[in-house]
Amino acid sequence: MKGPADIIFYAIAFVTVVSGVLVALLPNIIHAAIALLFTFAGVAGLYVFMSADFLAATQLLIYVGGILVLILFAVFLSSRISSVKMSNPARFMIPAGVAFLGILGGLIYALHNTQWAGSGEVVYDPTTAKLGELLMTKYLLPFEVASVLLLAALVGAALLSRPGD
Amino acid sequence: MIEKVLIVSAVLFCSGLFTIITRKNAVAILMGVELILNSANINFIAFSKSASNILGGQIFAIFVIVLAAAEAAVALAIFIRFYSIAGTADVDFADRLKG
Repeated sequence: MKGPADIIFYAIAFVTVVSGVLVALLPNIIHAAIALLFTFAGVAGLYVFMSADFLAATQLLIYVGGILVLILFAVFLSSRISSVKMSNPARFMIPAGVAFLGILGGLIYALHNTQWAGSGEVVYDPTTAKLGELLMTKYLLPFEVASVLLLAALVGAALLSRPGD
Repeated sequence: MIEKVLIVSAVLFCSGLFTIITRKNAVAILMGVELILNSANINFIAFSKSASNILGGQIFAIFVIVLAAAEAAVALAIFIRFYSIAGTADVDFADRLKG
């Protein structure tokens, strides 16, 4: 991976990291949700660089198109967003900052001192057909369990959010 | 390549943890959980591509996305319900059972 692809990779990684940190730091919850949008889109870009084309599309459709819209709906329905102080109060900043730096330092130290298996070079080929085949053969049971789980979540969410008793 | 991607995922994980620790708003805490799920997904896909070529990690990432969607729907339904009962989205006030 050299030349323009390298630059695009670094740009996407930079956007992902910066907006991910902004989600943690922004005082207004709407701003944090918008930063989360850029994080999800950046992660989809990283998936493309790891030759996961189907997952990149799924990430955009489900996270950006579904979960983020759901989060924004919940923000609008449940927060007094007009006042910044009320919308997203923070606490434990110093212990959380220590945990952030400590765990990040430990993870990066471990990453640098590990010899990774494999060549590290990514072979780009379409994965959608292979994934569909695997879901219908080797991973058929988890696939069916996931469909039952989604039905249960659908019924449960409808029941929980219903007004009244 | 894999090391850079894993560093991005480590930063996302720590941001999610920081969000969960510091925020009081339930929806903001859910955002932190989504960040952590995304960082786990990045790791699954990175190792799926570098360690082997059998796409098992990508399949697992698909199921993580499915679980994240189900979890977000149920959690936000609970938050809306909690808001209508308690009048706030602050998790510190969610301390009653059978309220």
